Amino acid sequence: MSDNSAVQIRNVVKRFPGPGGAADGEVVAVDHVSLSIRDGEFFSLLGPSGCGKTTTLRMIAGFEHPTEGEILIHGRPMGLTPPYQRNTNMVFQNYALFPHMTVARNVAFGLQMKKVSDEETQRRVQEALAMVRLPDFGPRRPNQLSGGQQQRIALARALVNRPELLLLDEPLGALDLKLRKEMQIELKSLQKEVGITFIYVTHDQEEALTMSDRIAVMHQGKVLQVGSPTEIYERPCCRFVADFIGDTNFMDGVVESQEDDIVTVRVDDGLPVMVQSGGTLARGTRVTVAIRPEKLRLLPKPMGGSHNSFPCQVEQVIYVGTDTRFLVRLSDSVALTVREQNVISTPDPMAYYAEGGDQVYAVWLSDAGQLLTD
Amino acid sequence: MTDATTIQGGNRILAAIRRRPGLGILALIFPSLFWLIVFFLIPLIIVFVYSFLKRGPYGQIEWEFNLQNYARFFDPLYLRVFARSFKIAGITTIVCFLLGYPMAYWMATRPARWRNTLLLLLMIPFWTNFLVRTYAWILILRDSGLVNNALMSLGLISQPLPLFGNDLAIVIGLVYGWFPDMVLPCYAAIERLDFSLVEAAQDLYANELRAFARIIFPLTLPGVVAGSILVFIPSLGAYVTPDLLGGAKSVMIGNVIQSQFLSVRDYPFGSAFSFVLMAMMLIATLLYFRVGGRTM
Repeated sequence: MSDNSAVQIRNVVKRFPGPGGAADGEVVAVDHVSLSIRDGEFFSLLGPSGCGKTTTLRMIAGFEHPTEGEILIHGRPMGLTPPYQRNTNMVFQNYALFPHMTVARNVAFGLQMKKVSDEETQRRVQEALAMVRLPDFGPRRPNQLSGGQQQRIALARALVNRPELLLLDEPLGALDLKLRKEMQIELKSLQKEVGITFIYVTHDQEEALTMSDRIAVMHQGKVLQVGSPTEIYERPCCRFVADFIGDTNFMDGVVESQEDDIVTVRVDDGLPVMVQSGGTLARGTRVTVAIRPEKLRLLPKPMGGSHNSFPCQVEQVIYVGTDTRFLVRLSDSVALTVREQNVISTPDPMAYYAEGGDQVYAVWLSDAGQLLTD
Repeated sequence: MTDATTIQGGNRILAAIRRRPGLGILALIFPSLFWLIVFFLIPLIIVFVYSFLKRGPYGQIEWEFNLQNYARFFDPLYLRVFARSFKIAGITTIVCFLLGYPMAYWMATRPARWRNTLLLLLMIPFWTNFLVRTYAWILILRDSGLVNNALMSLGLISQPLPLFGNDLAIVIGLVYGWFPDMVLPCYAAIERLDFSLVEAAQDLYANELRAFARIIFPLTLPGVVAGSILVFIPSLGAYVTPDLLGGAKSVMIGNVIQSQFLSVRDYPFGSAFSFVLMAMMLIATLLYFRVGGRTM
């Protein structure tokens, strides 16, 4: 057990009674999850709805208790400690600001419950409001605030207590896209400023990639992969992670041969695709090759060496401003999405790429793809 | 032919309503407005006018304006009746709250599929006639009633407890009678409560008791206020319950008004008394809303 872990989750299982009551069997929300969250890091639990991420967060907060396993906060086993005796604070999805209290009284609530003196409470409330850049909002009521402002007050109400852990349950979910992006950056810099461990629950992969030091990807109650944003994005452990984070092209096939770390995969209708692999794979193993659309290039002529290079037909062109997405067909069953950045301002990207005649080649480096064995 | 003219007539009315939207609203509220005017407003005006008139020697109305009826209210005898009525209605309201709020809380926090059943169970006893249910309380509370018989046969008491024919019996009867009127508004308020606010309070170091005092109770106070008014007002004017369950000394405002109209045949005084009661209720309600409104 290392000293710098803020939270240790050890083999935690959480079962709930089924929707029809106790007789309806049980639902496993969290299935043998083990995680170690380091002190001072921005850690995200990422996954689709129902993957167990919120239940995990609520167990850290003390709103739920593990059916099996244990949770330690800074080395102390939490057991059945209720939330009001844990030095953690939570930012709720709907903010959960007390509607019958002013902003200042909302922010002061935790300090009052801890019986902090009135002068100190006032000073710290002012500091917290200044920190979230709403210093004059103390006398207002929550219903007089915009979504983004409520969000900041919820943050101030939690951080004013200087918790060991700040737990955030999809706090940006209700905001519009532009505000959400602003708040992402703000949250990240706030976390660096206060140095508190943030545990952030989200289903938005982009949000997790933008803010996190490390991410745990969850699915059906299990943690599939834990790693930095680059590890998660560039080296997904399995098909689910590759598919959930960003866009990915998948090609199923069998291992045909291996030369050093380059594996040749015979894709199901015949294309030989080269992929870099960490280990040795037996000939005939069923695998999936995953390749991100931005790692593919469309070129007028083929390239050799460690490049994969296949003639293809452009089937669809979708212009999305920053880049253009092409759907290209390599064979009857293999169609890939290619993302080309719009480096050149051209009124007709299709004309630009189709310049060398109808024939174009989809080209990518062997180490751009990822070999998945699940 | 007739159909065509009917349709034409209908179209003409519709066209008129479209030209003047106010007309449509008037047409919609007319039935209830008519009902209220004929059966509520006009009788109220009659009672109001009566309250300034004089009773003749044979109980007839004499058309002579005077304020004597209102002055009589300050007779200590009647002031005592008012005071007792307020006391009984107040105790009834408090007991209803103390019993009803926890029950409403329990009901509102059951799984959604149970709640309607629980509401139904709460309501079923009240489908029986109020008078019959009040008579039933006589059988339960009197000296040879269910409670006293049971306690005596168990040897717990040797003399029957004085449960019947006093203020206690009235309070029991009123609490029973108006209980759902307290539970339902409280239930509605508690069910609407966003329980993530309670979690937020607990997360901010408030234990269960403080979360209740600081969050749950203040936020469900509108339900408590509504329930209290719904219990207090009919309790204050109650007449059947004190008549059946109370003793000779337990007279409430409702009984005075009833006897003025039906026994003494002093319509003007009965009318004045009714108006004083209405004014009292209005003042009490407004005060209550103000107090409730401030903390809400």
